[in-house]
Amino acid sequence: MSAPTESSLDVEGAAAPPRRNGELVFGEPWEGRAFGIALALSDQGHVPWEAFRQQLIVAVAAADGIPDAQTRPGYYENWLVALQRLLIERGIVSGAEIERRARQFATGERDIVNPGDA
Amino acid sequence: MHEHGHEHGHDHGDHHHGRELPQTELLTAALESLLVEKGLLSSDAIDRIVERYEKDVGPMIGARVVARAWADPAFKQRLLSTPASALAELGIRMDNLVVVENTPAIHNAVVCTLCSCYPWQVLGLSPAWYKDLAYRSRMVIEPRAVLREFRLELDESVEVRVWDSSAEQRYMVLPARPAGTEGLTEDELAALVSRDAMIGVAKVSAPALARREGA
Repeated sequence: MSAPTESSLDVEGAAAPPRRNGELVFGEPWEGRAFGIALALSDQGHVPWEAFRQQLIVAVAAADGIPDAQTRPGYYENWLVALQRLLIERGIVSGAEIERRARQFATGERDIVNPGDA
Repeated sequence: MHEHGHEHGHDHGDHHHGRELPQTELLTAALESLLVEKGLLSSDAIDRIVERYEKDVGPMIGARVVARAWADPAFKQRLLSTPASALAELGIRMDNLVVVENTPAIHNAVVCTLCSCYPWQVLGLSPAWYKDLAYRSRMVIEPRAVLREFRLELDESVEVRVWDSSAEQRYMVLPARPAGTEGLTEDELAALVSRDAMIGVAKVSAPALARREGA
């Protein structure tokens, strides 16, 4: 099945209080970005949602196999692993490209700009 | 409950940020930057999705659906038998949702054992516990015990049905309408319906009780 598309979320009069059940939607900005990247890729037809979901199932299963909850990767870490594998598997980006770009962010050669950041 | 790992890989040497950037953040930034550079995505498109989920999409959409079903028996029948077109009546486009109704004899609850499939369009993003191994694995094995931990005690005579989400189907529980809500408007009814009730780990209480936040 498809991911929720932006248009499918258009609900009239839904501007009501957002999270009545109050819980942080994303714990950290990168989680929201990783979430948004996967949805956007599917929305825009670059990758079928099901392909992402299959990668997510694999990543979650691997994490579930780690007995110690303290070292078990969190949900969005699994999400990120799935996203990365999917993009590499489909030849959209290469592992080397990702590594190089991540290093540029690590050394400050590039700056991370998240809308959520001050 | 555990959202982020505690190990973020190795040290990345010198950089001019005042803090160590976790591997997760670096990777995410790298992916976004590469995808934008390749012309596949725009950061604006990602911003819009994130903002939508942070600000606009939440369980109140599902709550409106539930309130309509309570108020209008014909709509309820359509919602249960042909959910996609019933949802479309409310302007919600979702073609893989199955609505399961709680009755005095049957209590329904939703889980995704494999990953975290969840009807985002009507419930917003899933709570952290829904994605946890404990909930995903135990809910199918010992649902009554799990529900008890949510402080939901069910009579032994009530049958518990647990629905495991899949690629093809997402589930939403239509909770039982509480007694004493006969005079309420649809908006007032919707305000009573919690996300947890639509996942099936809580019931909906009449107003006086519902005001107590919790569980």
